[in-house]
Parts: sequence; structure tokens; C-alpha cells
Amino acid sequence: MSAALAPTRRRFIGGTAATAGALVVGFHIPRKSLAQTPLPDEVNAWVVVKPDDTVVVRIARSEMGQGTLTGLAQLVADELDCDWAKVTTEYPTPGQNLARQRAWGNFSTGGSRGIRESHDYVRKGGATARVMLVQAAADGWKVPVAECRAAKSVITHQPSGRSTTYGKVAAAAGKLKPPADVPLKDPKDWQLIGKRLARLDTVEKVTGKQVYGMDLQMPGMLNAAIKACPVFGGTLKSFDAAAVDKRRGVLKVLRVGDNAVAVVADTWWRAKTALDALPVEWDFGQHAQASSAGFAEVLKAGLTAEQAVVGNSNGDAKAALAGAARRIEAVYSYPHQNHATMETMNATARWTPERCEVWTPTQNGEAALAAAAEAAGLPPAQCEVYKIHLGGGFGRRGAVHDWVRQAVAIARQMPGVPVKMVWSREEDMQHGLYHPITQCRLVAGLDAQGELQALHMRISGQSIVAGIFPQNIKDGRDPVVFQGLNAPGPEASIGYSVPHLLVDHAMRNPHVPPGFWRGVNLNQNAIYLESFIDEIAHATKQDPLALRRKLMAQHPKHLAVLNAVAERVGWDKPAPAGRFRGLAQTMGFGSYVAACAEVSVNNDGQLKVHRIVAATDPGYAVNPQQIEAQVEGSFAYGLSAALYGECTVKDGRIEQDNFATYPVLKMDEMPAVETVIVPSGGFWGGVGEPTIAVAAPAVLNAIFAATGKRIRTLPLKNHDLKKA
Amino acid sequence: MRRLNVNGVQREVDVEDDTPLLWVLREQLGLTGTKYGCGIAACGACTVHLDGVPTRSCVRPVSTVEPTEKIVTIEGLSPDGSHPVQKAWVALDVPQCGFCQCGMVMAASALLKTKPNPSDQDIDEAITNICRCGTYNRVRAAIKAVAQGSTKSAGLSIRHVDGSVT
Repeated sequence: MSAALAPTRRRFIGGTAATAGALVVGFHIPRKSLAQTPLPDEVNAWVVVKPDDTVVVRIARSEMGQGTLTGLAQLVADELDCDWAKVTTEYPTPGQNLARQRAWGNFSTGGSRGIRESHDYVRKGGATARVMLVQAAADGWKVPVAECRAAKSVITHQPSGRSTTYGKVAAAAGKLKPPADVPLKDPKDWQLIGKRLARLDTVEKVTGKQVYGMDLQMPGMLNAAIKACPVFGGTLKSFDAAAVDKRRGVLKVLRVGDNAVAVVADTWWRAKTALDALPVEWDFGQHAQASSAGFAEVLKAGLTAEQAVVGNSNGDAKAALAGAARRIEAVYSYPHQNHATMETMNATARWTPERCEVWTPTQNGEAALAAAAEAAGLPPAQCEVYKIHLGGGFGRRGAVHDWVRQAVAIARQMPGVPVKMVWSREEDMQHGLYHPITQCRLVAGLDAQGELQALHMRISGQSIVAGIFPQNIKDGRDPVVFQGLNAPGPEASIGYSVPHLLVDHAMRNPHVPPGFWRGVNLNQNAIYLESFIDEIAHATKQDPLALRRKLMAQHPKHLAVLNAVAERVGWDKPAPAGRFRGLAQTMGFGSYVAACAEVSVNNDGQLKVHRIVAATDPGYAVNPQQIEAQVEGSFAYGLSAALYGECTVKDGRIEQDNFATYPVLKMDEMPAVETVIVPSGGFWGGVGEPTIAVAAPAVLNAIFAATGKRIRTLPLKNHDLKKA
Repeated sequence: MRRLNVNGVQREVDVEDDTPLLWVLREQLGLTGTKYGCGIAACGACTVHLDGVPTRSCVRPVSTVEPTEKIVTIEGLSPDGSHPVQKAWVALDVPQCGFCQCGMVMAASALLKTKPNPSDQDIDEAITNICRCGTYNRVRAAIKAVAQGSTKSAGLSIRHVDGSVT
């Protein structure tokens, strides 16, 4: 099995100046026999040094394009003082983590937490390994360790000038007792952290050699296509297997759980076409009449409901609004959206009564293992998950492993045979975990001088936590729903001071399953607040930047990124002829972000986003060129959502089924993006998600500047932007 | 049996006539660099060259491909990843998740063959592939780098392990 999966060594691109002697990234899946015990050449859980000085850094988080594999390797390698040119990476398996008392900590790769939540212990892993390697060298020379120094994988005994390499002493180092509390470097001494290093995983992605879950091939493997009841909550009544089971290649037609049917065949195409031809009867269940229009009514009622859970408050907003000289009010809403990863959900599973193995692209190997074990009817210790490179994640492949359960349920009916189950795009589009829908009613109270005195934000709508982790709802409160609106603090805090503030939530949960969607609740909350701040600025005839600066005086980190944007874009000078600007800022996933969009809207109402200036303060910037890539990508994702992103429900099911009905942003609409990184140090923020939240409001505010039209519902494709 | 000329080699496959070329490449021939993304020619992840023309193989029935038509997949674009487009992609760290990138590389290499110095509009019209990670600006920069023979215009200052900066 390993042989089929381990083309391990990446090839060089021959003759390119860029990669001559490029480092080689292993795609290494440790064999079962290695799962229970440390590898012989392991210095510690994080670091393996091979005799040829190759350094293998173990990465617990999943690489899905966000660059965490390279960033985390930089953290370890910097403390290790190893030769970066010889660094490779590998994933420990969830089963190994279980067997070794979670030696690698949390595998969860969402919430932009790869670096921000493991920087401390992975750097300690590198530092501890360095100390052990140097100690092993000193022991070998029988000299005091204080006389030895390490740099670029070479250990030197300074008085004598003798030197050795990490590879030569690694075996001895691995036998030493790990020292406790090894100090970490002062940031000024970092060699790799903060550098614009090339990613470790690029070459195979441009030669077709990168293996994604969908690409997996194993001896004797069969393929499955699956179809679940199109209405969420519905069940499978019956199917007529005889109608397709004589088709070429078809081996089995089977029930999967209570709501799905699958065809297993020699190839996926034969399985898929047989499934398309299979007569199926569904019981659509109690939600067969549900529609987006119905959801909107339910949410609308929540905007004025008496019962609501408070997320943030100061002063007495209700009283202040009642006594305000002037009130401004607006209602916004945000639709359901599919993650639409480029690679559809898939998993390969092999089940026997004693053991279950799953190969799958997952953002959380441990959660995948738990799901696999449950579906397999086996204890986790008798199961294993091998993480395969993800063709996109965006939150879809993290918290809920519905597809893993399906793959295992299929494999249980084909004991001993590896079966690869791949979702069609249609299945993927209609069985997602959707961006939650919410509406928001904002009411501002101004005093006689037009100063903002009170603000009430009532959010009504769907709770991701209630849908996925209901045990985490305490007293009806979903803490995540207030992202970007929290009281001052290190996470997702509001950037404005308002004397009387109330942010509350009336939870309303339609039957459409919600999911963590890249950017999560920061996305719509930033749209609501940043658009409404612009509404206040317009109503009180203030410059949107000037008003923000006034309200942000007590929030210097929020303000600093906004100022960085204003300076780069030249806010104090007019935009180029025909172009109009809009601002937005927010804070979440540990980082402060802001953006300015420059747009034009022609006489036909056609929008063009010409230029984006975006600033981000992630505290420490581990790899600036990859932060730039994430910021650019965030605009592609955020603008796709703003322009087109909408899943509508009719008859209880999602109407959109593919990219023809769920369009996304392409090359011709991608704006130029100028990224300003302003790391203020002292904290570690994420970069994969926060910027998404400022993409839409910056553009919406620019559209208002261009047209006078205030767009309060998304996506923009539903609006006519022609000047009235 | 049906004969196909794939990456310069004559191959024989035994498949139903309506099987899309994509799935013949992936399943009968094991060439998995060509990806399934949508099945309706909307995303371009399945792009291959047919006699040099970028073609979305997910909607191309294999029965419509002549044995003499030259099919080139990402695996056959160069023997070792040394095609100028692949080199530029590596130099500028274009891919993120990478799933769409083989299709991007195939579309870009076909464009540059017909238009060695494409304008922004040429690029917009030719590269209609979907990338959900949002690599579009680096894709554009890499195409221009190939056209200009230099990666410097992208201004990315990426440090590679051999000491080069692109």
C-alpha cells in the first residue's frame, strides 16, 4: 500500500535557475509499523534528521494552499538552526498522534490557526532538538556543551575548530533526555521567520505529480459514486438496482446510511453514469417545502424579537436610542454560500472486521479519525487516517466529515477492498455545509451635533456552532456569531468606541446545515458594520475615513492598518477620473486588516473593481510573500462571494448545482491587489481568513460612492447598479 | 479498442464511446494530473492540448478524438517540468492548493504558443479557468514573466533555496 502512495521524493525542475538544487519535499506516509513507536532517526516528535543531513519537519496541520506547511517549517527550522535547503516535511498520522498522547497537539486546520495557535510549541520542538543535537556533539567530543555552536546544520566546537553535522549526531541526540524549558530566540535573531521564502510544495503542483485525494490509486481499488437525498433531512426509500447492475463495470449498488445510495464500479465514470441512470425513490421528509423566502421571513421576525442573546454591550443603548436627536436605521442580509473547493469531497476507505483505513484530504485528521472509527464500528486505535493533500478546504473539510462516514459505510459493505468515493460537482454543490444566513438591523443614535452616541446591532439568523457543536451553546449563546464585534480584547474585537453599544443575536436556524466558511462570521459582520459606518458618515456629511478615525481613537491597532491603507491609496487625493473609493476595516483570527477598493460603474451599471489596497497586521509576519498570496486570494474568495455567491433553497434543496449556476470570480474580474504588511510584533495572528471580510464592504462602499446606491443584500449579481 | 496518441505514445483503451477524454486519461491511463472540477467545461481543471489547442477534456467524448490527434497532458508538457511556463510558475510560487494549476499551466502554455506576448485582455480571454484560492494575479504575472523572459517585473522578491531571488 505504501508503495502505491509513496512516490515520496519530489523531482527537481531541471535547469531552472529558480530551483536548481531546490529542496525536496517528501510526501511521506509513515507505514503502519512505524505508527506506534518513534522513528529511529527521530530527534523528537517534530524533527527527524537523516544521515545525509536532510531535516524532516513534522507538520500536524493540513496544507490546503494556505502555505502553513512552509510557514510552520520556517518556525521549527529557525529554532533548529538547520540548513533550510535540506528541509523537507511530512505529516504524522492522526493514529500516531493518538498513540503518542497527542505529541503533535491539535491537527485542526481552520480558523487561520496553523501558526497562531502552534507557534509556541513547534518552535520549542525545533529549539529542543537543536539543544539535543549540540549536546550529542559535545558528548562525542567530550567537551563542555557551552563551547559548541550550531548554524545551518553544522555544529562547531569553537576552541578546537572541530565540526560535525546534525546528520552525524542525530542518532545519539535522539537517545538523550529532552531538556525542559529551552528558551526561544529573540525575534531580532530570527534567520528564517520573516523571510520571503519560496514555498516547499510548489514543484509537483505544476507537473501533475502532486497526489490529491481524488488522484489516489491503489492495487485492487474500486470506485464509488454517491447520491444523497437532495432535501436535507430526507431519507432514501428505495432504488432499483436491477436497472443498472448489468452495466459494464458495475459491481454493486448499495444503501449508504439512511439517506444515500452509491454505485461501486471498476471506474468512477462507470459508477457515476450508472448512478445517474439508477431509479431512486426518496422520502423528502419534513423540510420538503422549505425555501429561502421562508427563511428570510423567519429571520426578519428575529430582527425585532424580544428575546436575544447579548454579545457585546456598554452603556445603555436602548435608552440612548430612545432619546437620540436623530436615528439612522438599516437592515442588511447575507445569503447561504457553498465553499466550492476545486476538488470535490472524496475519501478512499478499506475496512475489515479488525481495521479501517481512510485516505482523505482533511483539514482535521483527528476529527476524520473519530468519524472513521464511528462509521467503522471499531475503536480509534484500530483505525487510521492518512491525510492527502487538499484541493482546497475553506472550512468544508474541517469540523464535519460527512464524506468520510459515507466512504467507510461503503467500504464496510465491500470488506477488504479499498474503495475510492468521489462526489460529483453536483453532489458537492448540493450537500455542503453552507455559509450561515443572517440578517442584521442596525440602529444608530446621533446627538444634536450629529455625533454617534448609540449603536444597536441586532443579528438574526443561523448559528454554525448550534449546527455542528451544539454542546458548545451555553445559555443559548453562540460566541462565534459575534466575530469582529466583540468587546476590546485579543480576538475579533470591534474597532470603534460608541458610548452606548448593544450587539445581540436572535438565533434562527433553518434546516440547511451551516458550516465554517473561510472567514466565518467575520464576513457578514464586517459588511454590516462597515457599510453602516459609511451610511452614518454620509448621513452626517463626514468623510468616511475621518469618521472612522474619530471612532477608532481608542483602538490603535485597528486604526494603524486603516491609516496604512489610506496612505498607500492616497485617500487625501482624488481617485483617478471615473473611479470611486470605499474603505473597510475589521479584526479577527488574531489579525487587524483594512482595505480600500477603487471601482468604476459604467452607464450600463457594469462594475469593475480596478484596484485594492489592503493592509494587515498579523503581529509577526512569518513569510511575507505568502501573506501577500493569502491577501490576494482573500479578495478572490471574498469578491466571488460579494459578486455571485448565493445558494438558494427551493423545495427544501439547494437550487444551484455547478459553476454554471454558482459562478465565481475569474481572471478578468480580479483586481490588482497591493498588500501592505505592517507587523507590529508581540502577537501571532492568522492571515488566511481575516482579509476576506473587508473585500465586500470596501467594494460596497465604493459602489455607493460611485452610484449613490446602498447595497444591503448580496450578491451583487441581483442588483442593477445603473445610476438612477 | 480505441487508439489514442497521448504524450507522443500510442495507447489503446477499451472504453465506451461516450466516456469523456478526461476520465480515460485519469482512469484507463493513470494520468491524474488532469483534474475533474466540474464536468461541464466551466472550470478548466481538465484542460489538455489537442493538436495544440487547449481543450476541456471533461466534455470531450473519447470517440470524437482521432487516433492521429496529438493529446498532450500536463505529464507530457515537458519531461521534467522544464517548460518555461512551469519554470515561471515555480519561480513566482503561483500555486496555492494547486488543484487547478495543471489546467492553468496548460491553458497558459497554449496561449503563449499562439501569442508569445499576450496583452492583459488576451490573458483575460484565454485564461477562463477557475481558481478558488485566488492565484489569478500571480498567474498573470507568471504569463508575463514568460513573455518577457524575466520574473523581475512581478516584484515578488521570492528567495529560493539555491540563493536566487525571483
